[in-house]
Amino acid sequence: MGQSLSVRDLEAWYGSNKTLKGITMEIELNHVTAIIGPSGCGKSTFVRCINRMHETMPGTKVKGEIILEGVSIYDRDPVALRKMVGMVFQKPNPFPSMSIYDNVIAGVKLNGMTNKQKLQAIAEKSLRMAALWDEVKDRLNYSGMSLSGGQQQRLCIARALAVEPSVLLMDEPASALDPIATMHIEELVRQLKVNYTILIVTHNMQQAARIADSTAFFLNGELVEHGPTSDIFTNPHDKRTEDYISGRFG
Amino acid sequence: MKSLRKSVNWIMLSIFIFATIIALIPLFGVLGYVVEHGFRALSLDFFLNLPKAMGLSGGGMANAIVGTLIMVLIASLIGIPIGILAAIYLTEYDRHSWLSVGVRFATDVLTGIPSIIVGIVIYTAVVLKMGNFSALAGGLALAIIMIPLIIRSTEEMLKLVSHSIREAGYALGISKGKTILRIILPTAAKGIITGAMLAVARVAGETAPLLFTALGNQYWARSLNEPMASLPVQIFQYATSPYKEWHQQAWAGSLVLISLVIILNLSARFAFRSRSN
Amino acid sequence: MSKKNKFKTSIGDQTLRILTLLMAISVVVLMVWMGWEMFHAARPSIQKFGFGFITGRVWDPVKEQFGALPFIYGTIVTSLIALLLAAPIGLGVAIFLNEMAISKVRTVVGFLVEMLAAIPSVVYGLWGIFVLAPWLRETVQPGLAKWLGFLPLFQGTPVGFGMLAGGLILAVMILPTIAAISREVMAAVPNMQREAALALGATKWEMIRLAVLPYAKSGIMGGIMLGLGRALGETMAVTMVIGNRPDILPSLFAPAYSMAAVIANEFTEATYDLYLSALVEIGLILFGITLILNVFARLLIWSVAQGPKGGNLV
Repeated sequence: MGQSLSVRDLEAWYGSNKTLKGITMEIELNHVTAIIGPSGCGKSTFVRCINRMHETMPGTKVKGEIILEGVSIYDRDPVALRKMVGMVFQKPNPFPSMSIYDNVIAGVKLNGMTNKQKLQAIAEKSLRMAALWDEVKDRLNYSGMSLSGGQQQRLCIARALAVEPSVLLMDEPASALDPIATMHIEELVRQLKVNYTILIVTHNMQQAARIADSTAFFLNGELVEHGPTSDIFTNPHDKRTEDYISGRFG
Repeated sequence: MKSLRKSVNWIMLSIFIFATIIALIPLFGVLGYVVEHGFRALSLDFFLNLPKAMGLSGGGMANAIVGTLIMVLIASLIGIPIGILAAIYLTEYDRHSWLSVGVRFATDVLTGIPSIIVGIVIYTAVVLKMGNFSALAGGLALAIIMIPLIIRSTEEMLKLVSHSIREAGYALGISKGKTILRIILPTAAKGIITGAMLAVARVAGETAPLLFTALGNQYWARSLNEPMASLPVQIFQYATSPYKEWHQQAWAGSLVLISLVIILNLSARFAFRSRSN
Repeated sequence: MSKKNKFKTSIGDQTLRILTLLMAISVVVLMVWMGWEMFHAARPSIQKFGFGFITGRVWDPVKEQFGALPFIYGTIVTSLIALLLAAPIGLGVAIFLNEMAISKVRTVVGFLVEMLAAIPSVVYGLWGIFVLAPWLRETVQPGLAKWLGFLPLFQGTPVGFGMLAGGLILAVMILPTIAAISREVMAAVPNMQREAALALGATKWEMIRLAVLPYAKSGIMGGIMLGLGRALGETMAVTMVIGNRPDILPSLFAPAYSMAAVIANEFTEATYDLYLSALVEIGLILFGITLILNVFARLLIWSVAQGPKGGNLV
């Protein structure tokens, strides 16, 4: 059950700089929605508002409404909200002081769970979902940093999934990875959407075309167009969308 | 023309090499003498015995060695937690406000204070009020010297932790406090420990702040509320005395002190090397 | 209407925040308190002697006459000697390490130079008494007297202990500071500058002179000032070799006294309040001078570090 993730008139500032100028959007559940647009268009800011990470930076401000599961995210404790909305970052960031195993369960363990069996089960389940279990099952106590870039990113995905969010935000998750690793991540996203609502920011239009069900095009802090991916790419309504897609700028 | 430039180049570069050699001469000179004269006077007696009266041989610096260890411990127990917590405040809670500017300024000031000044302040504030010299006062003085050192090195190490790690913690729904204690601190731990060891090495060798706080003691102090001997002060008193046996003890004491300092420095730098970038 | 967090952070989180805030504030409180304590203890002396304290040449506890000039003189002269020697040598070491040495040599020699800083002051003093002073007395000072004895600087009986010994030992002690900071600021000079000079055909020395040093100049000045600050406050090594006589004499062979040294020697002998107060006042002056020096030095170093792409050096 669950209504969609709704964004209404979202505005955001970095200091005096207005980065989001009023975004209204419905995000479908169990769907992959790609956010595309040139650098500085506000796509990262948008996504970071959804898990209230935007406001952790000093000098930021937010206005508008975001409704998740019927409740405004601003009516929730941000710490609790971030367990419902997971995030994967552009550069893989496993915790350097922890092993692979500890990394995966970090979100769960540091929030109070102590039962060892449960933790191990969660670790295995999350690593399997992230398609990493077979590669690391024999070295779970190795440092998280001992993995390759692509593996580290899948570890971060496993870590995010372990907390059992319903929404997964991915901010250019493959941009720091080589093509093979990127392919793995994209395959993973396709598998995950069955159980999660995924928002993926990408500057790679082909990637959006490959994996996203719907695509939203941002420009200068505004949502220009949002619709099924095939529509956006083959038959865009707005001229600006068409210009961006055909490479005239960005 | 070109060969003139080449000659000048050669001369200047030679001068820099020469400067380095000159700089290292006193290092080897001091270390050499300390090792040579110190070894001669070193014996089991030295580590186990109390000082003997002037002119008699066979005395030791047992009380001074223990005294240094005790007062450095007191200083560390006070200075390291305060320093680390203050550094956490500066990096995690408040990097830019007026308060943090003020704290950093105060840290700079405290770093630059001659250590004898610290001794004066503790004398007027603690010794006079308590009515006696004490190991506690000595430890307090050393703690004041340690605090800015710890703040500096801890802050540097915490800043090195990439911001992305912090965000990863918050994004998992981990509260800020837990992120700091369970993720950021462990990540920076090696560097922080290194900084603490270097600070310990520094205060272990300090003499001036102890001169009129812990004073010195030819016997074992029976409590922390009494004057206590320390290696540096004892070395000072012996070195400036007219007695040959005490001069020898001063060399031996210096050997022990330098060994302690160098071991701490080496371990800090090499055992924890992997922390660099 | 801006979105505010309506939820309280947990007790644990709040405690950590308050605790760290308290500790941070306590550092500021500590500094202010120390200044106040000293001022308070020095007040009797300040009130009695006023400005004449700094110009007074006589230090006679028996007659209750306290003039700090001999100590100021001794402190300044020894520090100047130290600077004149340590600044060029320290800079030379920094240039050698940063611009000339290969990586392994840099690590080892760099570590050795840092070890100079790790040796406790009292050990330098011990070495000064039994090695440096005799060497000065038997070799250096007679030599100086022979060749440069026409200068009042090098006249008088060579005793070993005295102003020259104090200056020399300080030079050794502040050299690592100057070298370390010079290295830091020189490392902050972008490589592009070096490469540009070399690409134009400059020799290594010319590259250093034209591309590195001008950039790092103010930072190096800052390092020298910090070294000076160290020299001014250095206590043990100085008091062990300087002779501890409050005289103002032109010769470097003569015994002298520094501010920190007189405090170290006479504090526990101060049998009455005014005596103690006078000593504290000397400490206050020392505190003030080093404070101002430190602030200027840090500003200089900071300006190089923050300048073009300096980042977080200081």
